[in-house]
Parts: sequence; structure tokens; C-alpha cells
Amino acid sequence: MIYADNAATTKMSDAAAETMAALIRDCWGNPSSLYLHGQKAKEALEKAREDVAAVIGASPREIYFTSGGSESDNQAIVSAARLGKEKGKTHIISTAFEHHAVLHTLEKLKDEGFDITLLPVHENGIVRPDEVEAAITDSTCLVTVMFANNEIGTVQPIREIGAVCRKHGVLFHTDAVQAIAHIPVNVADDNIDMLSASAHKFHGPKGSGFLYVKKGIRLTNLIEGGAQERGKRAGTENVPGIAAMARALKDESAKIDENTARLVTLRNKLIDGLSQIEHSALNGDPEHRLPGNVNFCFEGIEGEALLLLLDSKGIAASSGSACTSGSLDPSHVLLAIGRPHDVAHGSLRLSIGPDLTDDEADYIIKSVSEVVDYLRSFSPVWRDLQSGKLSHLL
Amino acid sequence: MALYSEKVMDHFLHPRNVGIIEDADAVGEVGNAKCGDIMKMYLKIENDIITDVKFETFGCGSAIASSSMATELIKGKPVSEALELTNKAVAEALDGLPDYKMHCSVLAEEAIKSALENYNKGKEEA
Ligand SMILES: Cc1ncc(COP(=O)(O)O)c(C=O)c1O
Ligand SMILES: [Zn+2]
Repeated sequence: MIYADNAATTKMSDAAAETMAALIRDCWGNPSSLYLHGQKAKEALEKAREDVAAVIGASPREIYFTSGGSESDNQAIVSAARLGKEKGKTHIISTAFEHHAVLHTLEKLKDEGFDITLLPVHENGIVRPDEVEAAITDSTCLVTVMFANNEIGTVQPIREIGAVCRKHGVLFHTDAVQAIAHIPVNVADDNIDMLSASAHKFHGPKGSGFLYVKKGIRLTNLIEGGAQERGKRAGTENVPGIAAMARALKDESAKIDENTARLVTLRNKLIDGLSQIEHSALNGDPEHRLPGNVNFCFEGIEGEALLLLLDSKGIAASSGSACTSGSLDPSHVLLAIGRPHDVAHGSLRLSIGPDLTDDEADYIIKSVSEVVDYLRSFSPVWRDLQSGKLSHLL
Repeated sequence: MALYSEKVMDHFLHPRNVGIIEDADAVGEVGNAKCGDIMKMYLKIENDIITDVKFETFGCGSAIASSSMATELIKGKPVSEALELTNKAVAEALDGLPDYKMHCSVLAEEAIKSALENYNKGKEEA
């Protein structure tokens, strides 16, 4: 199988898997227990916290371990909203193409009386810092903008947005789930107050993540109970998962430069190759995007059918079509960058890893071209586009 | 477990009766690109028997497999029988579809009904 769906999840690295297995076997004590076996687990936990903090330029006390990206997003946003409300500030700024972990949390807050501004992300899929600044009011308590989009891979001007927030004294959270360990992220340099991350997107285990919270910002618990995580996230810690996450984060972050060089070459080869397909278009800015992300729309076809045929050719990828999600609407991300419904259904996301070979990239290009041609050969939409009954949108 | 039954995959990967009939006696098109599925059925009818049928589909795997199966189920059948075809029957013939995919099979039923309605209208006018 050629795995081109690393934005969905990644294979655990051998080192992370071994770290996890060793701890499950030999270090299964409860970190809250005072005897040696518990304290050894505690040591592994705190070592992981130091490692994670060092990678993103934080201090260990600013790292809270969670079950993943969704929980981190929820807790960050709910906490900032609570802090805002205490000061009578009930306005939150975000963007139209955030992950649902953010958007659904904001919808809930909206029901509770918060004002939510979702900024446009424009045709290139990039938020404009001046528009963030213009949206800030005296009532704004939080700006939350993702570091890199999970579907179209566009990388946001986080440092500039962070600077705007600092200038106006507004908390700034970023969902960095797709960015961490793929591109450089440093909470100090990037003016970040809160940051969400998830281990399974960087070759760590599923069900482990963390939330960075700058010192002095008070968190609201989502889970009440014991005093774990400085009293802010109850529950006996998933020590093996956390240690494996730290290991993966350290290893992958050390390889960013090397991986980026390789990935950008492969990515651009795929973009050039797929651009040859008539009436296709790249989604998202060609430059400011994750090194491993390729996302296209093809007119006249539907994405799920495309994925199934690619699967039959041994290629694992994803799509923003409605029929892949079980909803009736195609991806909110593609709609947010202005793709019409008809076109958004025919999208393909390839999120590649550095181990993809040149031959495999060629095979992907050839396979996608064949499959698109085939599906178009019996598509009534394509027929109407060809005959001029419908006009081409791409 | 795969997402789809072997039957669905067979009809998706090797759809039967794909294409168009230039001199069709009845054509029906349903769905719209906005919701992601469009199906077009072409029928050849002689003495109230569907002697040939072809389809074109813009849609997901379920939509394509349902179109293919539906064409097999009505080919050679009287018009009256074809009018009774339900999406449930199409799904059953495919050994089932995931719940959230049932709506994709509705179009096959509707496309046939739409074609036959157009056919009957044409007959009345003639
Ligand atoms: C941008 C983004 N945020 C949040 C999440 C949720 O992460 P998790 O699966 O760890 O809850 C994902 C993963 O799908 C993501 O891509
Ligand atoms: Zn469908």
C-alpha cells in the first residue's frame, strides 16, 4: 500500500512503539504512588514533559497532557472563554476553516451567549493578520487560528497574528495539530499563548496529546477528579502513550529540515503532475503549505468514487466529498476557500511522508489521471461540461 | 471488514450497462451536483418491455453500484415492474449498504421512475 493519508494519522515510529511497549511492560506503576515503582512512572512522565517543552520552547510547567487534539482544543477555548466572561468579555475570533474540535466548541459557546466572528480565509486559504486586528474589539477574549489547515495544508501567519493579539492584550490559541513536528513551531518566537497538539499526527500513538498554556493563564477543567496535571486534568496518566509521544516529537522535530527538503520536492512533483489533468485545480496557496500536503479538485467527478478506485490500485488517500463524511455537505474547508459545492465534491487530499519514493509519486500521478478519466467517461456532469450545457468552473 | 460488501465493490469496479443510448425511448435524470450525486438513465422500450438500459452517474461508490444493479434489475422487465423497483430492493440485491449510504441508492429508483414518467408523458402527447 502507498500511504498518502498522513494528515489523517501516521504510522508509529519504531522508537515510539518500542518506548511504549517497554513502559507498558516495565513501568506500569501509578505516577501518583509514593513507592519506587510509582515514582519511576512519575519520572518517565516528567521526563516526557521536559522533552515536549524543550521542543516547542516552553517550560515543563506549561505543558498539560491530554487525550489528543480535540481535548486540547476544547480545553483551551473553554478556558479562555471562562476567563473572558469573568471580565465581561464575550467575543471570540476564529476562522471559517478550523477543525470541528474548534468550530463545534465555538458553536456551544455561541449558544451560551458568546459572539463568534469567523474570519474569511480567502481563495488561497490564508488568514490575514490585518483582518484579525480589525476584528478585535474591547470585548474580545480570544483569537484562535489553526497553525496549518488539515485539509488544504495552508500554513497561517501565526507569528504575525500572535503579535497582533499581544498588542491588543488578547489571548491567542492555535491548533497546531497538523504543524507540530512537520514545520518549526516555537511558542515564544511565534507569540503563542495556548497551543494544541496530537501525537498520532507525528508518528506517536493515538489518544495522546498535549496543551501548552503560557504561565499565568488559568485553565478550566473539562475532567474533574484527582490532582493530576497540576489539578487541571484529572485521571491517571497514560504514561506509555505520553512517553511515546515525547519520543516521537523529539525524533520528528530533529528531522524537520531533512524531511522538508525531500517532501517539498515530492509534493511539487505531484502538484505539477496532477495539474496536467484538464479542469483540475490545486486547493490552497502553492507556497505557504505543509511540505507533505497536496489537495486538488477535479471537475465532473465525485471524491469517494475516486478514493475507492485509488484504494483498488493500492493508494490510500482522502477526500472532502460529502459522501466520504456521511453528511450532505462537502468539506467546509473547500467551501471556505470559495470552491462551489459541485467542485468541492470532487476533491482529493494526498498527505505524503518522506519515505514515499519517486516511482511511487509517478505511480500516484498516473493512477489519479486514469481514475479521473475513467470516472469522467460515464459522468453526466462531465458530459454536460464537455457539450457546453454546463460551464466549466475550473 | 471493508466499508462495502463484495457485491457493491463488484458493481462499482465493474459497472454493468454503463453509457448512453443515443435513440433512447426514455431518459431520466435526477439529483444535483450540489449534493454530490447525479444519475441519468436511458431506456429502450418495446411493447412495454425494457429491452435495453444504460446509465451515467456522477457520484460515490454506492451511487455507481446502485445504478449498475438497478439497470440489471429492470433490464428485460415490463415497465410496470420497473416502476415498482425500490431503493431497498436495489440495496438488498447489493447485499446491503451502510445506513448513511442508503440515500445514495434512492437516486437509482428515482432515475428509473423519472425516465418512465417522461416516457408515459411522451406517449400521452403522441
Ligand atoms: C487540525 C486538527 N485539529 C484537531 C484534530 C483532532 O485531533 P485528535 O484526533 O487527536 O483528537 C485533528 C485531527 O484530525 C486535526 O487535524
Ligand atoms: Zn453517495
